Amino acid sequence: MKAAVLVFPGSNCDRDLAVAFEQAGFDVSMVWHKDSALPEGVDIVGVPGGFSYGDYLRCGAIAAQSPICKALAEHTARGGYALGVCNGFQVLTETGILPGALLRNAGLKYICKTVDLKVATADSVFTQGYAAGDVIGVPIAHHDGNYFADDATLAALKDQDRIAFTYGDNPNGSRDDIAGILSENRRVLGMMPHPERAADEGHGGTDGAAMFRALAGMVAEA
Amino acid sequence: MKARVHVMLKNGVLDPQGEAVRHALGALGFDKVEGVRQGKVIDLDLADGATEADVTEMCEKLLANTVIESYSIEIQ
Repeated sequence: MKAAVLVFPGSNCDRDLAVAFEQAGFDVSMVWHKDSALPEGVDIVGVPGGFSYGDYLRCGAIAAQSPICKALAEHTARGGYALGVCNGFQVLTETGILPGALLRNAGLKYICKTVDLKVATADSVFTQGYAAGDVIGVPIAHHDGNYFADDATLAALKDQDRIAFTYGDNPNGSRDDIAGILSENRRVLGMMPHPERAADEGHGGTDGAAMFRALAGMVAEA
Repeated sequence: MKARVHVMLKNGVLDPQGEAVRHALGALGFDKVEGVRQGKVIDLDLADGATEADVTEMCEKLLANTVIESYSIEIQ
């Protein structure tokens, strides 16, 4: 079971994400943004939170043009798994791997707190450790987490059951309270909240650990 | 050649920064401001031979996110 965590200049949740994968039993390699290939046999790529390239131009826009993101797009096009958290979600939308975009929070403030997340679908390798309708506590920490997609895209996300998580109390203005979405093949998840910050007793909550356990179980079976 | 690219949030996309500026202008007594939209201006210095089509490609690939933003190009 191999995971790769991408590291951009300005990433700051890369090690947290690596620890969460490791605790679930993955061998983790850290992959620098200038590398043009992922390590052989990688099952899942983690795109971490942080402020890649200082959020210049748009959050995730410059990172999306880096050599490793070409390799990431090839990996997901082949049906490989990927998890993008926070800035990683922004990178996944900027690459076009996931639809929509993340705008400045409607209240303009950077928000850092634990929020209630509703599991909107259990039908994915990421959310199969939960039941649809479960409410879990997961921290958010972002300035640009206001999910936007046009009406047609939103309708498609709903019809295809691709909304993974919604906020209990929408903190940032996201359309339809969306906190995380899945790709069409359900193998890529992008989410603003940080499951890797709720994966260990020391974090004050472990509601995110089920995601990493489920991922590890899935890859072990495959 | 120089080119100036204007990038704006599309109509219908909430611009909370523009809204905040509108409120601040109102607080200063500018009571005739009905709306504010905030965008970006990007100036490009281009070598000879560059074309407007090149700048359009730059906008599509990087300078604007066409999911949420529109752009216009001025060649100077």
